[in-house]
Amino acid sequence: MEKRDLVIIGGGSAGMAAAVAAYDKGVHDILILERTEFLGGILNQCIHNGFGLHEFKEELTGPEFFTRFVKQVEERGIEYKLSANVVGVTKDKVVTYFSGEDGCVEVQAKAIVMAAGCYERNAGAIGIPGDRPSGVITAGQAQLYLNAYGYMVGKKVFILGSGDIGLIMARRMTLEGAKVLGVAELMPYSNGLERNIQQCLKDFDIPLYLSHTVTKVIGKGKLEAIEISQVDERMKPIPGTEKRFEVDTLLLSIGLIPNNDLLDKAGIEASKTRGAKVDSRMMTLSAPGIFSAGNVLHVHDLVDYVVAEGRTAGEGAAAYIKGELKPSEEGILTEAGKGIGYVVPAKLDLDAPGDALEVKFRVSRPSKNVYVVYSQGGVPIKKILKLAIIPSEMEIYKLPKNLLKADGGPLTVSLEPKEEK
Amino acid sequence: MAVELTCIVCPRGCHLHVDDDLNVTGNSCPRGAVYGKQEVSNPVRTLTSTVVVEGSGHLWVCPVKTDVAIPKGKLFDAMKEVNAVKAKVPVHIGDVLLKGIAGTEANLIATREILD
Amino acid sequence: MEDVIIIGAGAVGAFVARNLSRYKASVLVLEEQNDVGDVTSMANSAIVHSGYDPVPGTKKAYCNVKGNAMFPKLCEELDVEFEQNGSLTVALDDKQFAMLEGLQQRAKENGVPTRLVLTEELFKMEPNLNPCAKGALFCPTAGIVNPFTLTAHAFENALDNGVKLRLGEKVVDIKENGGVYSVKTTKGEYQAKMVVDCAGLHSAEIASMVEPVEWKVNARKGQYYVLDHFKLGFVNSVLFPLPSEKGKGILVSKTTSGNYIVGPSSEWNEDLDDFSTDAATLANVKEQATAMVPGIPFREQIRVFAGNRATPSTHDFIIEPLPHHPGFICCGGIESPGLVSSPAIGEHVVEQLIAPFLKLEEKKQWEPCVRKHVRIASLPMEERNRLIKENPHYGIMVCNCEKVSLGELEDELNRSLPCLTIKAMKKRTRAGFGKCQGGFCQPKVLLLLAKKLGIDPTEVKYDRDHSEVLEGRSK
Repeated sequence: MEKRDLVIIGGGSAGMAAAVAAYDKGVHDILILERTEFLGGILNQCIHNGFGLHEFKEELTGPEFFTRFVKQVEERGIEYKLSANVVGVTKDKVVTYFSGEDGCVEVQAKAIVMAAGCYERNAGAIGIPGDRPSGVITAGQAQLYLNAYGYMVGKKVFILGSGDIGLIMARRMTLEGAKVLGVAELMPYSNGLERNIQQCLKDFDIPLYLSHTVTKVIGKGKLEAIEISQVDERMKPIPGTEKRFEVDTLLLSIGLIPNNDLLDKAGIEASKTRGAKVDSRMMTLSAPGIFSAGNVLHVHDLVDYVVAEGRTAGEGAAAYIKGELKPSEEGILTEAGKGIGYVVPAKLDLDAPGDALEVKFRVSRPSKNVYVVYSQGGVPIKKILKLAIIPSEMEIYKLPKNLLKADGGPLTVSLEPKEEK
Repeated sequence: MAVELTCIVCPRGCHLHVDDDLNVTGNSCPRGAVYGKQEVSNPVRTLTSTVVVEGSGHLWVCPVKTDVAIPKGKLFDAMKEVNAVKAKVPVHIGDVLLKGIAGTEANLIATREILD
Repeated sequence: MEDVIIIGAGAVGAFVARNLSRYKASVLVLEEQNDVGDVTSMANSAIVHSGYDPVPGTKKAYCNVKGNAMFPKLCEELDVEFEQNGSLTVALDDKQFAMLEGLQQRAKENGVPTRLVLTEELFKMEPNLNPCAKGALFCPTAGIVNPFTLTAHAFENALDNGVKLRLGEKVVDIKENGGVYSVKTTKGEYQAKMVVDCAGLHSAEIASMVEPVEWKVNARKGQYYVLDHFKLGFVNSVLFPLPSEKGKGILVSKTTSGNYIVGPSSEWNEDLDDFSTDAATLANVKEQATAMVPGIPFREQIRVFAGNRATPSTHDFIIEPLPHHPGFICCGGIESPGLVSSPAIGEHVVEQLIAPFLKLEEKKQWEPCVRKHVRIASLPMEERNRLIKENPHYGIMVCNCEKVSLGELEDELNRSLPCLTIKAMKKRTRAGFGKCQGGFCQPKVLLLLAKKLGIDPTEVKYDRDHSEVLEGRSK
């Protein structure tokens, strides 16, 4: 069986950042396996700008951003294979992949970084009521058709879900000549970044219907119309509030899901996000030497954070390969408390480099004037006031190590309202 | 007339208040003040799109952007010009595909390398 | 002039065609949809029922039991995924448990082997069953099949053996004159000595073009959930509740692809052409299924769909010539258990009703098998590498979720059975059937279809007419 020090599954931002970081830490026997024809992952189709403010201190488009990482990979001579599709991973770190050139190959790795990104929640997953015509399509798929192949999927468009890809596509399709009639969002608040609400909807007078959902899809061959309804506090459609829109396209921007099948099927324990449970170095708790980073772990808002996480995983993998990182039973487990959707990592590792440990989380709903409270074993150790906090943004906090006790019990992140005077 | 708007310089999304004399409040950083002033006096946007690329065996279109932001009101005029542009391989990031788009100072540049 | 025209390319039409292809006869199949098996044969539970349930003495009972016995050999010949994993009809309380005996008696009359399974064994077989279950009736001959390749491969085999197929042609009129039938479609007119009506939901409508019929076909809609192949063995056999007058009830089963299927509901549907789903009915399906298997992880849901059962007013399959037109054979009202019955129906129609009527002579040579369909990801390592060396496209995965290679897609485009739409490709290969529902692979499938069919990408259809995915070039 072929042997490699480090196999990286996915040649997107997280995977490339991990490869470069591991290389720079002295591990040079690296193989990146990328299933598409290009490095760069999803940024290949994200031709809009707004990437890289943290990483490069400038605003880049998706292709400009990933090209810089491709250069870094190529400068180091890191080996990558395109159109190489991983079909299996074992806890013993055997990776099986298909490629037209190599055939079906098994590779024994010393460490693996899982960086396979995410996929879009789609019509089937939420079971939108009504017919199932063509023209009901995820926003990312429409983006792929438009930005990679130069095809429009429709002329009259409605969008379900205010996720960022949907908002970006509202602007893209409008500029390319389509009429976008509106965006319906189930929640009473938007799930996209504010800049996208402003620049993609308000700029073009596209209405945003909060607390609304699509209650009927109509069309035998191609989509002919949709019906939206207002929903109550329990998110149930309210009869009598139906509005009909004659459209040929319904774009869905209703969430992204970590594409973590390979680790799931390897029996690696998953967290609430559906990504693997990892520690501060992004190493999975149930399979030492297998790391996970980027959207396959939890869905990020900014690619800059994906890159940072990839780097952590790559450095961790290098340390593991060099025998500097031993799997340990110790560490502080994390929990999502009141108002918090999830927390990454699942375990804080006091041996990880630096004086502080990153805690990443998202809140369950928007709040104003709240404390984010970090408690260990039920005792608050840090409180941070937030004037505003929203689910569409991932929060990152560097928790000083000196606040944590190795035997102090689990760390809980929760929200607490600021007391009114 | 005073204007309320959401800052888009960074993902934080500060709520800005811009008064008649273009004084900005509500911002958390100086860039917010610049944005608020700009957005009320002369709102500008970076346009991103694609153009047809000829001679590539892999890609059908090449992504492009304006190298500086253009007035918001000129986006659709600019799109008309973008739609007529054809790029030829090899294309490099930053190649100028169209100068002075829609009568502005901005150039349309390629944002992806397409060598073959 | 054809010897036989078959109207409708569902499962029944497929096996009539395949059985006819053993004879020296010219056979033409006409289908309204753009693919074979695109209506009821596609949207059903995909269960190879054992046959314990139909009323003894009916055509349903006869065809079901006979069809079931044909499946192992048939699926071998046609290279169709099939597993005889048995079914369990589960009693959730003492009253239901007492009813199992009656079911077992009926099974005996139908000649179907069964066995009562008590709790200890039952929970060993199905650890995720409701712990309240009192016992179950096990039918070892029941199984699951890939309904898409069953119909498609039966047609491929029939076409390999000389049958002709025209897709996208709706029959609009039939006239009989001196024993010759003229069948007019939306695109042409064809003559034949015999016509077999396998038009499913529209079978009564088609037969009525020739002479008035006393039976009717009503649509009874069934709505389903499909879950991802999240783990092996969540359920192992086909799990049924006790049957009622509304049908066999809401089942929970794995599929041949390792997915899980939950459904169907049962409601009358006035519009034969309506396959919509609705939230209230699906919520009820969920509730009933959960009563039998409490922990079904619905977050693994990847699709909902609906099919219409072609329910006959006579309560039994209609398999007979029209009273005044002995050359017109009706196969009407083939509702559940239609899929499992279809091979037996095909055999009966050809051997008893067509061959004697036309005095057909058997061919000396007839090929019962289709050329193997490669499923690269399910092959052993050496076999994978042998094939990829021969054709590197078997190493290029197009569908990530279901592990379908470019070579497999291309192979489907080089066979006797046309593969014209994105959905046809999905049904043949499973590309686009996974959790991302074609999010990543659909553009590749679409562009491949355009190239191989010699059409513009904007002309590629998802399934039926006017279902094109792309509106036009952006530039």
